[in-house]
Amino acid sequence: MADGAAVQPDGDVGLDLLRTMWRIRVFEERVGELTRADEVHGLVHLSVGQEAVAAGVCGQLRRDDAVYSGHRAHGHAIAKGAPLERVMAELMGRADGLCRGLGGSMHLVDVEHGLYGATGVVGGNVPLALGSALAHRLLGSDQVAVVFFGDGAVQGGIFVESVNLATLWRLPVILVCENNGFAEFTPRSAHTNVERVSDVVAPYGVERATVDGNDVVAVRTAFARFLAEARGGGGPLLLECLTHRLRGHYEGDPQRYREALAADEWQELDPILRLQRRGAAEGWLDDDTSSRLEQEAHEQVEEAVRFARESPFPPASLTAELVYAS
Amino acid sequence: MTETTYLQAITTTLSEAMRADQRVLVLGEDVAEGGPWGATAGLAEEFGAERVRNTPISEAAICGIAIGAAESGLRPVVEIMFVDFLTLALDQLVNQAAKAHFMSGGQLNVPLVLRTQGGAGQRGGAQHSQSLEAWLTHVPGLKVAMPSTAADAAGLLATAIADPNPVVFVENKTLYFRREEVTERPPALPFGCARLMRHGRDVTVVALSCLVSEAMAAADELAGEGIDAEVIDPRTLVPLDLDAIVESVRRTHRLVVAHEAVQHGGFGAEIVAQVQAAAFDELDAPIERVGAPFAPVPFSPPLEDAYLPGRAEVAAAVRATLAL
Repeated sequence: MADGAAVQPDGDVGLDLLRTMWRIRVFEERVGELTRADEVHGLVHLSVGQEAVAAGVCGQLRRDDAVYSGHRAHGHAIAKGAPLERVMAELMGRADGLCRGLGGSMHLVDVEHGLYGATGVVGGNVPLALGSALAHRLLGSDQVAVVFFGDGAVQGGIFVESVNLATLWRLPVILVCENNGFAEFTPRSAHTNVERVSDVVAPYGVERATVDGNDVVAVRTAFARFLAEARGGGGPLLLECLTHRLRGHYEGDPQRYREALAADEWQELDPILRLQRRGAAEGWLDDDTSSRLEQEAHEQVEEAVRFARESPFPPASLTAELVYAS
Repeated sequence: MTETTYLQAITTTLSEAMRADQRVLVLGEDVAEGGPWGATAGLAEEFGAERVRNTPISEAAICGIAIGAAESGLRPVVEIMFVDFLTLALDQLVNQAAKAHFMSGGQLNVPLVLRTQGGAGQRGGAQHSQSLEAWLTHVPGLKVAMPSTAADAAGLLATAIADPNPVVFVENKTLYFRREEVTERPPALPFGCARLMRHGRDVTVVALSCLVSEAMAAADELAGEGIDAEVIDPRTLVPLDLDAIVESVRRTHRLVVAHEAVQHGGFGAEIVAQVQAAAFDELDAPIERVGAPFAPVPFSPPLEDAYLPGRAEVAAAVRATLAL
């Protein structure tokens, strides 16, 4: 089912996917600049190159479907509907950030848009999504839960515990693995002898697929089928998206562990260029529309930066206020 | 009044909470079979397998699933069979549950109760006998309850289940089968409200969990020597009822803090630090601490007996504060 080329997106869907990927790409590149300018703080992990997974998955979810993510979460948050300006304000530690400045880049939460949370501990988010799926079922809802994680999370014990329990309890959860081939600085081959994450879950009988994660149509098509199953109460399901992290593990990572892709190699992989080529070939995208979508993304991101810069830092008293819920 | 045990009080409170609120569910190893002591006995029969969920031996995932379920509207009660095994779930408890409300700027709540039990005295060896509550009290965002009686176990567990925050509920295996008179339906008890177990004029003894009854026995023994000891059980460590302890110290001017956990870095040290900061001038003697030595719990019965602090150690500490 990895053959996304079999499905033609109609023009509206294609433009939506392109719009979302541009929003993520431009946002992430701007965050990189702002990190170097010391306006965005802390450890920052960008998803440039992996936009197709966020767009292909989140674009099909309902607002009340629960998404969990990891340390590289900006794209997932944006694709799930989190307002750009509140994401940016959070990265700058401002009072109008999604989490009032208490979360930061690795801990984005936007319950209103179904983003139940990113976690900075690799793999720690997987069981949370299972719990959310269990709650939906017991409360009689058809909401589904989706969790994004990288291939590095799969070597942790919590992943195996979670897959076992998800299958045992048949939870309506979709596990989305962004396999970018690197766990932090180390290639997958140095961490495990199992090449594909979908092979890791095979003995548990998880329904699974591996797709070209830089082909947004392939991601969308495979995920659509899984989503329909989970919506109907089926699961768990695992979608492995083979993708490429264009930047370092974190901003500032000198990446001594790998050779940068040549420009022409990247042209072949870039999910935005690929969708643009496809749109042109299928006749739903012209050059004007293409530049307009990119331009709109820049305008929205600059507006988000303005909003974030104008937002005050939260009062120091907030730290003590939010330790416990009342 | 009716007779019950600490364990029956837990079971009754769980079943009442499940009857009153469909969102309450119980998860853990062997819970549908009642667990090794029977704390969850009968729940699966009454509430079914969807709400009383047996799990594999996967402490981290059990805890994580419960957190996710709590964030999405359920009120899970997790059982971790021995507190020693909580080590396997610490990422979930410390990094996820404790911080979700805070890091989300107040958007997420984690109304989770994690029941577990600790303590030695049953020849369990060093991996089934620990008292690790001090670790938990060090994590902002967690509440920690540690009842010493059946009535308190019932009242605090009801409160824990209703609390919007993650609560670690630390039971003690040696208390489970003690018989106790309780009112027909023990009331829910607020957290952060110590119980004055015994009035006394000469010295205040603050004791935790199974050391409360040891302190009461020591107080009886000391009464025969003309020493009048007051005994306080804080019942919850986070939040801590410091006021009740300080008020007592203002009357007795002497303090002993007693727990079964290793004394070094134990929660007693926190109580000592807070009391001296609040009432240094009231103290007529250095504060004494009672706790286990800085060693794992030994297996061999005579060694375990020698290792565990109890009535004799509390009595000796009281005499020390009186320079006797």
